[in-house]
Amino acid sequence: MPPSAVHVPHPPYPTNVPARTTSEGNHHSEWICGCGRSLEWRKGFGILTGVPKVSRVTAVLEIAGLQKTYRSRKGTRKALDGFDMVVEAGQVHGFLGPNGSGKTTTLRTLLGLIKPNGGRMAILGKEVPRHLPETAGLVGAIVESPQFFGNFSAQDTLSLLADAGNVKRQRVTEVLELVGLRDRGKDRVKTYSLGMKQRLAVASALLKQPKLLILDEPANGLDPGGIREMRSLMRNLAESGMTVVLSSHILGEIQLICDEVTIISAGRRVAYGSVSSVLAGHGSGKTKVRLEPGVDMRAAVEMLRANGAQVTVEVDHFTVGNAGNPAQITRILAERQIYVSELTPVSADLESVFLELTGTAPVEGQNRQVDQTASVGGWGQ
Amino acid sequence: MSLYKAETRRLFKRRFTKLFLLGAVAVLAAVAIGIFFSNQKVGPEQIAAAKADAQAQLERDAQQTEKDKASCEAAKGTPQAGNWPPDCEQLTPPSQENYNYEWYMPPTFILRESFPDMATTLAALLALAAFIIGASFVGAEWSSGGMMNLLLWRPQRLKVLGTKLLTLLLSFTVITVVASAIWTGVFYLIAEARGSTDSMTSGVWQSFAIMELRGLALVLVAGAVGFGLASLGRHTAMALGVTIGAVIVFQFGLGVVLELAKVKFVQAYLIPAWITAWMNKEVTIQDYNSCDFSSVNGCQPAELTLTWPMAAALLGGVFVVVTTAAMWTMRSRDIT
Repeated sequence: MPPSAVHVPHPPYPTNVPARTTSEGNHHSEWICGCGRSLEWRKGFGILTGVPKVSRVTAVLEIAGLQKTYRSRKGTRKALDGFDMVVEAGQVHGFLGPNGSGKTTTLRTLLGLIKPNGGRMAILGKEVPRHLPETAGLVGAIVESPQFFGNFSAQDTLSLLADAGNVKRQRVTEVLELVGLRDRGKDRVKTYSLGMKQRLAVASALLKQPKLLILDEPANGLDPGGIREMRSLMRNLAESGMTVVLSSHILGEIQLICDEVTIISAGRRVAYGSVSSVLAGHGSGKTKVRLEPGVDMRAAVEMLRANGAQVTVEVDHFTVGNAGNPAQITRILAERQIYVSELTPVSADLESVFLELTGTAPVEGQNRQVDQTASVGGWGQ
Repeated sequence: MSLYKAETRRLFKRRFTKLFLLGAVAVLAAVAIGIFFSNQKVGPEQIAAAKADAQAQLERDAQQTEKDKASCEAAKGTPQAGNWPPDCEQLTPPSQENYNYEWYMPPTFILRESFPDMATTLAALLALAAFIIGASFVGAEWSSGGMMNLLLWRPQRLKVLGTKLLTLLLSFTVITVVASAIWTGVFYLIAEARGSTDSMTSGVWQSFAIMELRGLALVLVAGAVGFGLASLGRHTAMALGVTIGAVIVFQFGLGVVLELAKVKFVQAYLIPAWITAWMNKEVTIQDYNSCDFSSVNGCQPAELTLTWPMAAALLGGVFVVVTTAAMWTMRSRDIT
């Protein structure tokens, strides 16, 4: 009997909703959702083996086992190595990964710019790239840095795209207003700052009123006010029913605005789920301990150390680094009539989880190379 | 249709297109103005003046012959004798028949004879414009990232590239047809004012029209080749680089090498001969190193005639190879 049947009973039918807790190394993810890749994609795309299709309705973007290998005279490089991703409707979904991890390759492949070597992808339930011409009208995207013909104005650029995509020209004015370029719309794009080009890129993605908006580093080059505006724009779009996939290196932003995240490293998904579950799944393992006033903190620390605890002493409290079971701390101290006034697990932030999962935390005295990540070299562990 | 409309707007919104077409118009205007001012209408006055000029020249040359004869006689027995023929009677006075008054006539623009060169000029200039505008139209899209943006909107690669090419070719068809009509009209007026429109039969007009059609084909092939090369290299400079390379390698390098190797009919390997064959229906190349002897004419150089169907096959071949390669690459390449 599989462990899933023991720990977490299946719902009446398994859903394809990704597990809320978790990294790829954690098999609970598959026990909980019952949708391991081997099951999920076994019989044709978009049909779960032996389950009703109803569970598909909420998935706006699905990627399974995506592979891409670049071949050159210098040899071959696997950019994507069986990458999986699921984004549900109405989410703001963060897509994170270090440089060279395969983020942009994934987005380009999804949008038909790069041909994959294997795997399956679907947007709004339709397999791509086969059905991309049908779904393209529902997907707004910017990939990497904004690129436009410098001698055209923003208005010209957008109206040409509107013509090519059968979108009403009136929409051009609306999106220029939305991204704050109304008064500079007639200026040539080559006079724009990076932030303004970024706004134009977002405007071009919003032009066709997409159901799925894919933004690669949209905050790049924006000033603090612009970043805040972008954040609120993302939120408003998601609230209006649009699904937003947001790739960014500004992890604080991701933590603030994303419902779920997928973390990629060396072409593979290393974690996914809601931000809180990913953080919880990769907590620091540290516990902050504060004692009652007047209690001898040094004696307490020595006692814990004698029991194998890794203790770091601060001014008015101490931290136990390997507190797998915090109750152990209270038990040891209580046996010596020492009582704690505060016992708090120290939560990790997304940045530290990201660095841990991708193995890209800087190490003093070492220069990390772009392709050095957890999966290929264990750097920074 | 919407894509075609958008691409047409994009083509004519580009400053490069506008400037280059304006430049082409300026060059054509300069040619027409130059032809206008360097020709004049010929009437009885001009004929009389030409006859007078011919007669005056004849008299000047006759006087000079007499002076030469006297010098020749005087030089006999002196070291200067070597500068003159042994028999001073060999210095004969010029005859009237060598002073045809027509050679002293001012240049005049005879439409029937001179217009074919003008039609070739127009076709060559528009072909150059089509090549460079075609290369820039797609090359700038690739290098600026515009092509990627467009493919995000229309993820149908062949349709997108094909529509762009179609837009370019249809636009240049219209430009060439309109320019040819205006060009013909302008030179008709120039011939009326500064030359002659005599002997313009319907057959001559038909011949002009067919020549201009061949000019249109040349323009379209040049545009498609520029477009195709720039798309293959994803940059305008690719097309221009290949062209400059081809000119250097084929026109100069290959020309010199073939000359040194004493290859027969060297010009047949060079581009201008084929363009001339296409526009003028045929071109005859002579090999001056050979001797095709006949008892009547003596030693004559061997000849090779390139005809317009041969040139059509070459142009068609280049068109098919370059556009097919561009389409095939577009279909299969990763857009990074």
